[in-house]
Amino acid sequence: MEWASQLCENRGLGSKMTDSKYFTTTKKGEIFELKAELNSDKKEKKKEAVKKVIASMTVGKDVSALFPDVVNCMQTDNLELKKLVYLYLMNYAKSQPDMAIMAVNTFVKDCEDPNPLIRALAVRTMGCIRVDKITEYLCEPLRKCLKDEDPYVRKTAAVCVAKLHDINAQLVEDQGFLDTLKDLISDSNPMVVANAVAALSEIAESHPNSNLLDLNPQTINKLLTALNECTEWGQIFILDCLANYMPRDDRESQSICERVTPRLSHANSAVVLSAVKVLMKFMEMLPKDLDYYGTLLKKLAPPLVTLLSAEPELQYVALRNINLIVQKRPEILKHEMKVFFVKYNDPIYVKLEKLDIMIRLASQANIAQVLAELKEYATEVDVDFVRKAVRAIGRCAIKVEQSAERCVSTLLDLIQTKVNYVVQEAIVVIKDIFRKYPNKYESVIATLCENLDSLDEPEARAAMIWIVGEYAERIDNADELLESFLEGFHDESTQVQLQLLTAIVKLFLKKPTETQELVQQVLSLATQDSDNPDLRDRGYIYWRLLSTDPVAAKEVVLAEKPLISEETDLIEPTLLEELICHIGTLASVYHKPPSAFVEGSRGVQHKRLPARAGSIEYVYPMYSSHQQRAALATAVYLVHLQPQHFYLQPLATSVDISKICSFCHYTSCINSPGLAATTCYFSGSYVNIFSNCKVLEIPSIIPLISSAFIHWKHFIHFSFLYQPGGRTEVQSPQPSSDYSERELGGDIGGSPSMGAGLGAAPAAMPASLGGAPAVGGGLGDLFDLGGGVGMPTGSYVAPKTAWLLAMKAKGLEISGTFARRGGIIQMDLSLTNKAMSVMTDFAIQFNRNSFGLAPAGPMQVLTPLSPNQTIDVSLPLSMSGPVMKMEPLNNLQVAVKNNIDVFYFSCQYPLSLLFVEDGKMDRQVFLATWKDIPNDNEAQFQIKDIHLNSDVASNKLQGSNIFTIAKRTVEGQDMLYQSVKLTNGIWVLAEMRIQTGNPNYTEMELSIKCRAPEVCQFVYQCYELVLKN
Amino acid sequence: MIGGLFIYNHKGEVLISRVYRDDIGRNAVDAFRVNVIHARQQVRSPVTNIARTSFFHIKRSNIWLAAVTKQNVNAAMVFEFLYKMCDVMSAYFGKISEENIKNNFVLIYELLDEILDFGYPQNSETGALKTFITQQGIKGQTKEEQSQITSQVTGQIGWRREGIKYRRNELFLDVLESVNLLMSPQGQVLSAHVSGRVVMKSYLSGMPECKFGMNDKIVIDKQGKGGTTDDPKKTSGKQSIAIDDCTFHQCVRLSKFDSERSISFIPPDGEYELMRYRTTKDIILPFRVIPLVREVGRTKLEVKVVIKSNFKPSLLAQKIEVRIPTPLNTSGVQVICMKGKAKYKASENAIVWKIKRMAGMKESQISAEIELLPTNDKKKWARPPISMNFEVPFAPSGLKVRYLKVFESKLNYSDHDVIKWVRYIGRSGIYETRC
Repeated sequence: MEWASQLCENRGLGSKMTDSKYFTTTKKGEIFELKAELNSDKKEKKKEAVKKVIASMTVGKDVSALFPDVVNCMQTDNLELKKLVYLYLMNYAKSQPDMAIMAVNTFVKDCEDPNPLIRALAVRTMGCIRVDKITEYLCEPLRKCLKDEDPYVRKTAAVCVAKLHDINAQLVEDQGFLDTLKDLISDSNPMVVANAVAALSEIAESHPNSNLLDLNPQTINKLLTALNECTEWGQIFILDCLANYMPRDDRESQSICERVTPRLSHANSAVVLSAVKVLMKFMEMLPKDLDYYGTLLKKLAPPLVTLLSAEPELQYVALRNINLIVQKRPEILKHEMKVFFVKYNDPIYVKLEKLDIMIRLASQANIAQVLAELKEYATEVDVDFVRKAVRAIGRCAIKVEQSAERCVSTLLDLIQTKVNYVVQEAIVVIKDIFRKYPNKYESVIATLCENLDSLDEPEARAAMIWIVGEYAERIDNADELLESFLEGFHDESTQVQLQLLTAIVKLFLKKPTETQELVQQVLSLATQDSDNPDLRDRGYIYWRLLSTDPVAAKEVVLAEKPLISEETDLIEPTLLEELICHIGTLASVYHKPPSAFVEGSRGVQHKRLPARAGSIEYVYPMYSSHQQRAALATAVYLVHLQPQHFYLQPLATSVDISKICSFCHYTSCINSPGLAATTCYFSGSYVNIFSNCKVLEIPSIIPLISSAFIHWKHFIHFSFLYQPGGRTEVQSPQPSSDYSERELGGDIGGSPSMGAGLGAAPAAMPASLGGAPAVGGGLGDLFDLGGGVGMPTGSYVAPKTAWLLAMKAKGLEISGTFARRGGIIQMDLSLTNKAMSVMTDFAIQFNRNSFGLAPAGPMQVLTPLSPNQTIDVSLPLSMSGPVMKMEPLNNLQVAVKNNIDVFYFSCQYPLSLLFVEDGKMDRQVFLATWKDIPNDNEAQFQIKDIHLNSDVASNKLQGSNIFTIAKRTVEGQDMLYQSVKLTNGIWVLAEMRIQTGNPNYTEMELSIKCRAPEVCQFVYQCYELVLKN
Repeated sequence: MIGGLFIYNHKGEVLISRVYRDDIGRNAVDAFRVNVIHARQQVRSPVTNIARTSFFHIKRSNIWLAAVTKQNVNAAMVFEFLYKMCDVMSAYFGKISEENIKNNFVLIYELLDEILDFGYPQNSETGALKTFITQQGIKGQTKEEQSQITSQVTGQIGWRREGIKYRRNELFLDVLESVNLLMSPQGQVLSAHVSGRVVMKSYLSGMPECKFGMNDKIVIDKQGKGGTTDDPKKTSGKQSIAIDDCTFHQCVRLSKFDSERSISFIPPDGEYELMRYRTTKDIILPFRVIPLVREVGRTKLEVKVVIKSNFKPSLLAQKIEVRIPTPLNTSGVQVICMKGKAKYKASENAIVWKIKRMAGMKESQISAEIELLPTNDKKKWARPPISMNFEVPFAPSGLKVRYLKVFESKLNYSDHDVIKWVRYIGRSGIYETRC
């Protein structure tokens, strides 16, 4: 009684009674006391005891020992007590599955209760008890509740199906609950519809291909009707579900849009954002010349602006989304710049996001206002915000040419403040301004040089060094300045070292007489004293360039740089499209696809915008900076699909140097790290073209191509191709930062006319460099490893193919190929980090396979792989691993581990990998063996469309260790007898017939005999591969 | 969907912890405490990802509310839900404080069980919730009452129950506006907007159908075109305002607004927010602040601020407060003001000038001398803007309520019988002038 009166008091205004006392019991023997109280006869005492138990549970104490006692209190008609017991049950049932059974009866009974609130409570709670044994008993009550007369029970039961599915998906399917759930979409009550939609959407997410939701015009109509009537939350469920629908045509798309637009006036921001998502998605399908399209665009702006008057957390979500919307459809908010002005009291996360959007919206029309604002922000307190504001000023200069001058003078004002981080940030952006507007603002260099000493951040130091190197001829004491950096060369970060190297080489080329010593010093620091392969490589290249052809060196190093693009840090278009489909959700807040942060099967499905009719564009000739990314992404995709067709035809078969030059130029213009990573793959495949189309016979193009590839580390592959017989281990050079990549690419890749004559080369150069002892030795070490092994064409190496996709491996993407180089089997891998965090601790393992392939050593990934970076690794393989026959024979299952997880994939290696160098059989032995192998083991194959004569063919095959033993010509046919030996000692014999009479040599016939006939098929594949490439 | 919901006090102790999904473990509770509440550097985003688990948090006074998930949930919905959760709790037990939460933890668990099912928000209208979540049990209810509750909770009009009766049918309309301004030192308006709310208190019987009308430019223009008999002068004389955007309480029929721009609804009982709106055109700025800051050497600042009221002389503004920021190295301040009281508040680094009342078209002035300590700090003082607070008895946007009609066909009262009150209050939002 006392308790009851307290309760009533509690409900009054001045709550004197406190439930908080339950939080304070910490004495020992508490559990024992509680047990006694729980078993008390007095109802109130019981209830009080259960409350104490729940309070203990909340603060994290283990009260599972009281399970039987608490469950005993379940049979009560006191709803409050019942709810408390249920709460306990949900928490502990999993740890006490056997005892949880005790609760089943009560649930079953409660599901029959006349009071709908109790029925719903029972069905709601039992779904939360994740005990397998119980779930079976719950099917019947659930089935009844799904058809309950009361909508409150039905809406609860609908969610319960999703719960049950999470515990035991099979059971839900077997029991036919999914169909019942689908029926509920036609329910008369809007809330039942909404919950059924939510449950179905969730279940469908874990069955990507089930077509569970089966959205068709009829169901869509039902959903749109329910949309007008259900709660705000229900509207969100329905809108999010609608967004997954693909309308059949633009008319349907328009009619859905028309019915969704009223939601833009809803007070709930989530309803508004979900409606925006549906509209943004379906708009794709509307023809742009349609009046309605324009109307819709206009309707979108006001609600988006209104979101900015919501609470700060919602503003943040809205701003992250607006950032996406502005990138996708800049026209929507182009007149709304003012609303993104930062308020003094905005939380920092809102400020930073607003700033981002301001830059995106900056245009000639509003630049004056924007600049005034940015200048204001640059004097604020928060360091991050100030930095971003300074950077923004630079970006405005690059984006809006008319404002460049004002921006530069603003930046100079800021440098005068002498606030350290402001100065550094300003210098970094001024460097970009120089690149965008060459020969315009160099007058400010003097001011910049004054601040040299205060720069302590690598990025600012590197920027300053770049400026000094680039304008060395205008800075009287450039050599002194650069020399001062050189003193602590080895303490600098890689970024600064690389920049310093390039800057000094530039300086040397501009003022050769005074700076010989300096350039030798830096070259030897970079090549001899550094253990950074990137730096070393670049050092060697400069050295070699300078020593062999100073004219070319000047042409390459001091080439005109491509202008940098206006828009940096745009989201890559395919990702942007996916994120637009996720407006309002976490993905849109993180700007990452769901697969990057959601575990398991959920969210792995990539969503795409509907295609606009007739928008297929030809990808190759797009050179404008904005479209580069799209073009390249598509190109990479095409390379995957049709390697021969895409790149060989338009570019390389014609051996059109100018085209290749422009390609090199084009790839080196890329100044976004993300894009460079994509290109990396692309250029990797590209190397093979050069080897095929004999571009290499034209010496003048070599430095040009190499310079284009250098920042993707393919240079070494390349030089291998250039020097027949030469071979080098590709020991995964450490990737440089994106900054230096772009600099170097820009510096030496942008020279399209190599052959053009050049003025007098500095006479002193060759002599001085020739005198440097390391030149020959250093380069010799690098290139002359193989020492002329007899490989006329080299064994064929297939282009890398994607083995592991980023979306399946938490952002790690692996592509690779296999190669046999001078008897050593290598697995060439490209690891790309497409996630947002750094990856480290790589390791690799193979499953047992048919030939016992195993890594000969650990995978050498020495540096952490930062986001958007690609690293190439060559893994030497041995044949000493455990053997197990695989299906197909050449299948290899690989596990790659990094700090995030372990990933598995399988790939197939060409059998030619296993063809050993001493596979040439004696003629006599060949004859004997041929007869010895039963005819059943002989397999016949045809190889079509080969335009090779027998000599070329046998030469080619020999490169892959397929040896021709004898040749004879019979009736216009060349017959080649060939042998192959596998690493495990198996001999494969072959007879190849080539029509000599036919000038096109279109067909070859091949008979293969082997004691292990299952090998034949794969040997044939190797033939085909080698001959066709 | 939402995987769990935690409430912490300022020390990071858990007050409420409810887990909805199996993928959220107990360690999530600690992860948030360690990485967000106890984080050395203040967290710079309301969404935090810790070990592939996302945390959404809001703060109410010193209480942290956090929602947790491992899925790609609708982020806007989660925040909306957290705010709603706060509204519901406030409606039940007042201020959200540690004491109140501890005192009502059983109730909170009960509410959490009802308004969030498997992480999906359910009906969270307090009006409906209060009919069956009372902590007093529902034993006494008759069958009719029960089904009435469930149909209300799930129904189309989830915000109002049937059978409400008042002896006196009455309604109150408050037009509450907050006017925001950012002005340059030279008096140029950098940005200005009004965000307004129409708050209604309805004490009406039955299920009344209401229609709300205001001087919305689009509506007025349309009527002006339609009615040929109207005197053109008369319509143009009517002041109308251009509303940039508005949002409505869920009781308003949005499709009707979209097609006819008429605002019709069945109101909830008691107090609720009918609509929010935003205007940017032709705003009446009630005050103009004219700053003058002069640096006299390195150790002295002279500040003069004039405020001018810009509305009908017959109206009175109240609770006027001007806040003039002072540098961090201020050592002393001398203030002279014509009206009201001014004080230097060292702890807030500002001179606060308060005036109780001020009529329209008046002017007042303050001047101050600020003594500074010499410092070595290279960084210049950032000069935060001068901000202002006030309250005026009109709507700075110019919004006028034209009508609010009430129809209840089943009961015997008509629109004329309803007593209606309308009030306009304009308050300062962020009203800043840079100096």
